[in-house]
Amino acid sequence: MTMTDTTNQAPLLTVRNLRVTAGSNALVKGINFEIFPKEIFALVGESGSGKSLTSLSIMRLLPEALTISHGEINFKDTKLFTLTETQMNTVRGRKIAMIFQEPQTSLNPVQTIGAQLKEVLELHQNIQGNALQAKLVSLLDEVGIPDPEARLKWYPHQLSGGQKQRVMIAMALACEPDLLIADEPTTALDVTIQRQILELLDKLRRDRNLGVLLITHDMGVVSEMADRVAVMQYGEILEQTDCKSFFANPQHEYSQRLINSLPDTKHFIQGEDAETILTVDDLKIWFPKKSGILQKTVGHTKAVDGVSFSVEKGKTLAIVGESGSGKTTTGKAILRLNPIHDGSIKFNGKELVGLSHKQFHPYRRDIQVIFQDPFSSMNPRMTVREIIEEGMVSLGVEPDADKREGKMRALLERVGMLPEHLDRFPHEFSGGQRQRIAIARALAVDPKLIICDEPTSALDVSIRGQVLDLLNDLQKETGVSLLFITHDLSIIPHLAHNVAVMKNGVIVEQGTTQDVMESPQHPYTQALLQAVPKIQTV
Amino acid sequence: MILPVVLWSDILIFALAIAVGLFVWQVRKNPLAKARWRTVFENKVGVTSFVIILFYVLISLVDSLHFREPLPQLEGENASDKVAYSSEVKSVLDLVLVNLEEGAETTYSAPFALYSFAKENMTAEDGTVYRDFPRLENGGSHLADEADHLWDIFGKSIQAILVGLIIGFIPVALHMWLRKRAGNTEDYIPWNVAYGTFIALVVISTWILMVSEYYHILGTDKVGQDVLYQSIKAIRTGVLIGTLATLVTLPIAIVLGISAGYFKGWVDDTVQFIYTTLSSIPGILLIAASVLLIDVYIETNPEAFNLTILRSDFKFIALCAILGLISWTTLCRLLRAETLKVSQLDYVQAAHAFGVSHSGVIRKHILPNVTHIILISVVLDFSAFVLAEAVLSYIGVGVDPNMHSWGNMINAARSELSRDPSVWWSVTSAFILMFTLVLAANLFSDEVRNAFDPRTAKGN
Repeated sequence: MTMTDTTNQAPLLTVRNLRVTAGSNALVKGINFEIFPKEIFALVGESGSGKSLTSLSIMRLLPEALTISHGEINFKDTKLFTLTETQMNTVRGRKIAMIFQEPQTSLNPVQTIGAQLKEVLELHQNIQGNALQAKLVSLLDEVGIPDPEARLKWYPHQLSGGQKQRVMIAMALACEPDLLIADEPTTALDVTIQRQILELLDKLRRDRNLGVLLITHDMGVVSEMADRVAVMQYGEILEQTDCKSFFANPQHEYSQRLINSLPDTKHFIQGEDAETILTVDDLKIWFPKKSGILQKTVGHTKAVDGVSFSVEKGKTLAIVGESGSGKTTTGKAILRLNPIHDGSIKFNGKELVGLSHKQFHPYRRDIQVIFQDPFSSMNPRMTVREIIEEGMVSLGVEPDADKREGKMRALLERVGMLPEHLDRFPHEFSGGQRQRIAIARALAVDPKLIICDEPTSALDVSIRGQVLDLLNDLQKETGVSLLFITHDLSIIPHLAHNVAVMKNGVIVEQGTTQDVMESPQHPYTQALLQAVPKIQTV
Repeated sequence: MILPVVLWSDILIFALAIAVGLFVWQVRKNPLAKARWRTVFENKVGVTSFVIILFYVLISLVDSLHFREPLPQLEGENASDKVAYSSEVKSVLDLVLVNLEEGAETTYSAPFALYSFAKENMTAEDGTVYRDFPRLENGGSHLADEADHLWDIFGKSIQAILVGLIIGFIPVALHMWLRKRAGNTEDYIPWNVAYGTFIALVVISTWILMVSEYYHILGTDKVGQDVLYQSIKAIRTGVLIGTLATLVTLPIAIVLGISAGYFKGWVDDTVQFIYTTLSSIPGILLIAASVLLIDVYIETNPEAFNLTILRSDFKFIALCAILGLISWTTLCRLLRAETLKVSQLDYVQAAHAFGVSHSGVIRKHILPNVTHIILISVVLDFSAFVLAEAVLSYIGVGVDPNMHSWGNMINAARSELSRDPSVWWSVTSAFILMFTLVLAANLFSDEVRNAFDPRTAKGN
């Protein structure tokens, strides 16, 4: 993007030597930065780096347990820390506005979006009657909501995620602030929607002369959007420079790691032909819609509507799609966690559909799963030993207790953990470590196929790469096949031999990764590929 | 020879005590559970409330050893003849509290009073009838000079406290010596706090026992019975109604609630139907109807209840059962909702993917993750049942009036408090003992919950 000339302008926001502490523990350790009008300043870091605390300090909305122990924040000429709470209220919303990660939870579900927008306007600006209505329509129009007049009467649940985020932006802009704080504004959105929201933000800051503090962990977004970048780690700013020179020549070792953590999209993994292990043919997963007292089935919600694909031995098939495309539902159906309406699933040539609970039991050993959220996929009340052991015991792998113990220890070491960790509880580990434990748990029963349901999307970028490498290595060692469900196209070349692109319950395109990524046929695949934020190579 | 009497509630309370004992023994073998319970006892509040609860339980256990004394032989009877027993059933606790039980007055008297609370007609030496507060028959009757009243109380208290300290220190010193000799290295219990609570309880008990020989510490009630004696006897009722009624609710609520949330479908529909129906009938109505049924049963089978205490005991157990049977709905609802939530979590899905059986999933994944709800509701229910007993006594469907209970005492306070000057000691006494029990139970459950929630657990 274009560079803004910052030399002869007064900064909009100045943060000087800001320290935030929780007790004796410093969480933000004396950081400095400025934001100029019309500029997008990106604050980059992984979870726990203190970037969100910084933004909350600017709004003076820190949780009570945390205190600002040092430093000052100036908005234009106002020292924010010297204002009373009432004065600060006039700054919040009117001068500095904020949008959050989750548009779903930021809107009140029982009020129409019109009422909510109106409330903001009435609170901060003295507009009434027809002028108010016109202003509301123009606001929604500005953030790109089609048919704004009708939409004003809608409730949040009637809007899509992207539209909700647009409404949030409209609310933030309603009082014409000078500075917009966007805290991970697109993390919860699909790539194609993310692209639209980012374009909107970029347009708005030009039209409105808006300074934007963009908080994100996604280096692709930074590269496309930001004018200047600051990298945060452990509460300190490691490097602060303009975007172009940052990506061309990152100074700090951590910045280099962040940039390199973006997977290489140019090299594809190759594999020879192998026999198929899993064949899914015309799979339909329909959830019945019921109505009336007798709960008669009146129709179906077609979550998955006739998909066919196959996974080869020792290879990886990636199913790509946005939220609601039915990819997770497909994965769960193979595991028999979802009812199947119609179709066939063959594992090693044997039909799985129609088997009873008992008949399916032996196949549980062969087909395993790794879930997206490493925090909810392990029972918090069980030790790592109990967690890994559970499947081995119930599926009769290694009935001998000593051998089982030995295998668990070896497995933990293989996934990069220590055998001593067996007696710890999941909450003592970070997200990446938990995901390693989850991988060990799946491998413990020697499966032939592992369904990985977005295993890396809840992880920080630098850890994501490590977990993917681990999966790759394990596949090479054990010859396990992977069915990799993801929304993140960037990791696919590095990982998958074949790709199937899903949309609205059907597969729109499938083939080898190289074919699909380099010459996508279907317009949806093309749009998806284009929407992924990329680092501009100089 | 005395004749032991075994009541159903006695059997239950000892069975419960043995069950708790077995549970503790089981816990000691499991290192993980041991470590968790350990954190409860590492905490000062945990230890203090545990000692207090233990003291209450001990009192109710001692109060659950019943017997009948033989009546003195009539003239002309032979020693070899069949011994007749008193129809009054006593407990071992009565032997301990003999000072409080005996020495009744004729009516109300204030704490530590020398004179009765109500005026009476009395005849003077010269034969004239006058109206004044009569001197109590037992309270302070040893005093030669009434001016010494306060000094006497003070002196007796000091004496009692000193004796209490000595009695308290002996086991503490012994235990300290044993600990030293054993050289136990992994001592995590804050023993000083435990000792402190123990000594405080011993001192209070000694003081009560010694001073009650001369005074009515918390006054007397309408018929001149010692109020403190009644409130101490009521401990057994309180502890039992709380635990028994809770114990009845638990299995119903847990089984129905978890199956409804886990299996969904028609199981869920049925369970929901049962509890909505049950909870739409007013609870008081159900209790009143059932209590009346029990009364009728007792009336028609008089031969089975030839002692008053048998009647009141039967009625009491029936009341616990009824209270339990109508109170499981709230817990059931909570458990169903929580199970619905938990069973959607990935780790339950993962267990399904590992082919773990339904019972295995419920036992290992669902139950441990809803335990906090069960624990909290057990304690809340415990306190609620102790209080419910008071409410039920008020409308006349509570425990038998012959049975000592805080509810009956509070119920009596209705008329006592409306007197002028009011009779406040009866309700205060019941309140203090009830409050101590409920508070200790609440604090202890808090510590248990903290220890068992891995997110708040320290160490490990």
